[in-house]
Formats: sequence, structure tokens, C-alpha cells
Amino acid sequence: MSFFVEFARFLQARKKYWLLPVLVAMLLFGGLLLLAQSSAIAPFIYTLF
Amino acid sequence: MRVLGISAFYHDSAAALVDNGRIVAAAQEERFTRKKHDSRFPHHAVAYCLNAGSITLSDIDFVTFYDKPFLKFERLLETYLSFAPRGYQSFRMAMPLWVREKLFQKGLLGKLLKQSAGEGWDDRKLLFAEHHVSHAASAFFPSPFQDAVVLTMDGVGEWATTSMAIGSGNRLEVQREIHFPHSLGLLYSAFTYYTGFKVNSGEYKLMGLAPYGEPKYVDKILTNLVDVKPDGSFRLNLEYFDYCTGLTMTNGRFDQLFGTPARKSTELLTQHHMDLAASIQVVLEQIVLRIARNLAQETGLPNLCLAGGVALNCVANGKLLRDGSFKRLWVQPASGDAGGALGAALATYHLHKGQPRAPLNGSDQMHGAYLGPEFAQSEIESRLRAVKAKFTVLSDRELIDTCAAALVDEKALGWFQGRMEFGPRALGGRSILGDARSPSMQSVLNLKVKYRESFRPFAPSVLREHVAEWFDLDEDSPYMLLVADVVAGRRVRMTAEQEKLFGIEKLNVPRSDIPAVTHVDYSARIQTVHRETNPRYHALISRFNEMTGCPVIVNTSFNVRGEPIVGTPEDAFRCFMGTEIEALAVGNCFLRKEDQDPTLKLNYETAFELD
Repeated sequence: MSFFVEFARFLQARKKYWLLPVLVAMLLFGGLLLLAQSSAIAPFIYTLF
Repeated sequence: MRVLGISAFYHDSAAALVDNGRIVAAAQEERFTRKKHDSRFPHHAVAYCLNAGSITLSDIDFVTFYDKPFLKFERLLETYLSFAPRGYQSFRMAMPLWVREKLFQKGLLGKLLKQSAGEGWDDRKLLFAEHHVSHAASAFFPSPFQDAVVLTMDGVGEWATTSMAIGSGNRLEVQREIHFPHSLGLLYSAFTYYTGFKVNSGEYKLMGLAPYGEPKYVDKILTNLVDVKPDGSFRLNLEYFDYCTGLTMTNGRFDQLFGTPARKSTELLTQHHMDLAASIQVVLEQIVLRIARNLAQETGLPNLCLAGGVALNCVANGKLLRDGSFKRLWVQPASGDAGGALGAALATYHLHKGQPRAPLNGSDQMHGAYLGPEFAQSEIESRLRAVKAKFTVLSDRELIDTCAAALVDEKALGWFQGRMEFGPRALGGRSILGDARSPSMQSVLNLKVKYRESFRPFAPSVLREHVAEWFDLDEDSPYMLLVADVVAGRRVRMTAEQEKLFGIEKLNVPRSDIPAVTHVDYSARIQTVHRETNPRYHALISRFNEMTGCPVIVNTSFNVRGEPIVGTPEDAFRCFMGTEIEALAVGNCFLRKEDQDPTLKLNYETAFELD
């Protein structure tokens, strides 16, 4: 729960409310991806991630 | 007030402890886990820092993580959105990691800290500092300057890839930033990738390769790849790069521009790769110099502090110093992400809590970068006995005499003394040493001791009081972060025939009185050795100087290619038995290879994944 409160504060501070629907979609999509594969491998250029 | 700084989860995890503004301890996790560039939570480094401060985690007032995960996530999302649908493959690989773990880093860190501290831990103690603020704080607060311009340059943090700040007393104000995807670090890394080296660790190799080449592609790079403005700010032409959306640094257009596909790590290095290395080095230097000159003019300040991965490009640092736009230059020795742990702790203490800096005394606050673990003589002896090492315990005087004599005999000497260094360079705490005057030392150390590429040069350690007699430098360079030329009087001119030799073959031609540390362009990556910060190392080189008239020795890190620098006496003994190091000094224990049980020899050549 504290994660959502903090992320809401972050969006407010950055004034980037449009990221919220993206995040929600991401979490759903990410959940599907997690179900679809057993391991998450960091991409080659790991500096970026 | 005690602050623990942590960097983790990307590469080079580390921890650092600051107690009332004083840097007590700092160490990189890889030295404990023996996994190069270990990115996991630095459990061992945290435990070491707490032990060094004789405290537990419940005595810590704040724990500060070195970057801000939400901001990084914002950058990732915006980047993917702006390039969509390109980048789906990268997105698909990155996001599960974020959704599962990285987005919830605060909770994860809290959990890990709670595991260590038990009930004494309070989540409100956990803070986050911006990546480039962490770098800037690590560059300014330990520096010997009251006021300075602070320039940080790396691949990327959250958004910033370059930041310019003004430091004054205990304040540090960021003036402006250059944001992802426009990055000097990533531009250099693109060439690291293209020339077949590993991104994030091969950049040193590219820098070492540059003197063998001609900078014939400078115009091509400046015309096509990067647009540099008069103030040094820059924009990359993303049509040639793949890192925003793909899984590589460069793309097909980049290959076409330079006429060949990216080199595979197993392929031979050619003059083409050396020319590319020389060209990107020149471009990097031009950009850094232009930024610095502009900042010097704009601020009128005489001091410059540097941090961020690009600040480890000591060739550029040397040019910056000689350029004279700033009178004094100070570079954080742990300029990579490991140093972010220290910066995060210092940022919390000075910026967040407004605490003053200690009065300046002319020297920096890094204690020579000797901030890691050390071992008492009795512990060294019992640890060496446990691994069946045969050794002699010498007095301080005997140790110095014996080790200096071994160097004069052109032996490769393992040197494990005092506290371990913080940062990527070995500075006479965990080093392999050799005679800089020996023409064969460079190839012997590269091929039989370090098992690394033969083109890579070695660095000299020189007594501070003699540096100007041997190099075109009369400044402190205690962290091996400045490159300068060997003085003209000590160079040996190459004959016309030798000049015709192909790149790497030139390295075997003695080019000076100290050929083992002289690169093909007569440059050297210098460490000045100071009695105040490392008296034993200073005494060793002084004795060598008495015996030979030469106050310069070879200093390379105590490891083989792909191995983290040794952390314990056992690590040192293993490396000693796995390579052709001929003698080893651990504290006051002296070991000769011929005295050791031959059955303890290890096959070290293939023991570590190549970097």
C-alpha cells in the first residue's frame, strides 16, 4: 500500500499524472509477462536498466 | 550523525560509512563475494563498514541509496513510449524485472536492512539521493576545495548523463544537466561495444588502445554522431545508436558509417579498431575541454571536481589539467557507481541535514582511498597458516629491504598491505609490483601474471617528491587518475624502422628509461606516492630508489583478468599460487614461490570469466 501512496506523491511532485494509466497497464501487462516466463533477464545494456 | 550510503542493483554495489562528516569506511561488494562488478545488495560491504565503525545498523541515523528508482522508471517509460513500437523486445525484457523488483526497491531495501538490523531498523531512516547528486557530492565534499565547479559525466543515472554544479562550503547546487539519451558515457561505450569490448568494463581497454591509432575518424564522428555546441553541450544523432530501444549499443547505420560490422570479442584487433579508439578519445577530450573552459569562464572559479564514469578517463583528465582553464583539479578515485554510495552518504549529511564540512587542511578527505578492510599481523599469520602457506615473518626494515631487492631482481611481487583501496585502482594496498626499468616486465606481467591482452600498458607509482624529474607533471596524482608524458630527457627515440612497426609491436620497443610503464605515445598513468597516506609503500619505493636511482616502479592491481582485486590474505595466496608472481608480502609475512608446496598450485588462467 505504501508503494502506491509514494508513487502517487511522486507523480504529483513530477506533475506526470499521465504515467498513472501507463503504470496500471504495465502492472497488468507485467503480471502477464511474469506468468508467461519463468525468469526476468536484464537486457544486455544493463546500465540503462 | 552516522550515515550509511549504498549503491546496488545495477553494477558495482558498494557501501560507505560517514560518521559526523568523516569518511570511516567504504568498500565494494565484489571484493568480498569474488564476483566482478557484483550488483547484488552489498551485505558484506555493509557488514564491513559497520564493523569498521564499531557499530550496528541500529546506531545508523540514515541509510541513503544512491539513486531514485521512480525517476529511473519514469525515464524508462517515457523512452519506450517515445520510440514505440520500436523497442518492444527490450521493453519485454526489462519490464518484468521492474514490475517484480526494481519498482519496489524501497520495500526491498527496507526488508534487507531489517534482516541485518533486526528490530532496530526503522524504515523512515531510508533516504534516496539522485544519481548525479551522489556523484557530485562524492567529488566535492571530500575534495580539498572550499569552492569549486563540480562536473559529473557518466552513461546515465535517472535522467541526467552530465551535470554541472557549484559547490561552496557544505552546499552543492546543480546549475544544469544534459539528459538521456544524449550521453558522453554512452557515446564512448558505443565505441567500446563496436570495437568488441564489454560495455561498462572495457572502456579502459579502449582508452589504452587509443595511442596505437590515428584519430582519422574525428570529423566523421563530429559530423554524423554528435553535435557539439560552443559551450560543450552536445546532442547525439540517435539514428546511429540502438541503446534506446535495442539490445546493442550501435546499429547497422553505425556499421555502414565505419565500414565494418562491430568486432566480436574473439576477433583480432586491427589498425581500424585502434584508429576508432584514437578518434573517440579525441572527441571525448574535445567535449570535456569545451565544457570545462566554458564553466571556468562562466564561474571564474579556479577549482574543478570530477566524478562519474567518464572521470575515470585519466587521459582526458591529464589534458584538462594541462589545459589550465582550471588551476586545480580533483577527481574522486571511486568515480564509478561504487563511489555513488559514498556520495549518497555525504549528500545526506551535508545537503539534507545541513551539517558543516570539517575545516580544510590542504589535503583531501579520502585518506588516500585506503578505506577498506585491513588485517592485523597475527590474523594474517593464522590465515596464511590455514591455507598451508610457507612464510617468513620479517621486521619492518627487513621487509622493505627484501621486497626492494626482489624488485631489483626483476621479480613480480605481490604486495598486500594495510587497508584495501576504494575504487577501481590498486594504489599500493593490493598491488602487484615490478621493476619499471625492465624492458621485459610489461609482457611478463601481461601474459604470465595478469593473463590479459598484451597491448595494455602498466602504470607507474612514483615518489611524489621525484615525480617532476620523470614525468611532465608536478602535481599530486595519488589516485592514478592523471596521465602525463615521460620527460623528454628520459625518452628513447624510436628508429625509423621501429616507427614502422604495427601498433602493438611498438609496445615491445623500449621507449624510455622506464619502458614497463611508458605507453607508445610516451604517456603514463601516474600514481604519486605520499609518505602521509601510505608510509610503507613510500618506504619500499624509497629503498628501491636508493638501490637503483629510480623512484618509479610498476603498480598493477592484485588480480588476474576478470577477477576482483584480492580482498583477504587467502585471496592473495590463491592468486600468488595461480600465477607467476614470484614473491608475496602480506603484512610482515614474506613468501617465496619456490618455498611453497607445488601441489597447492592452481590453474588460474581460466578460473575467471574474461571481462
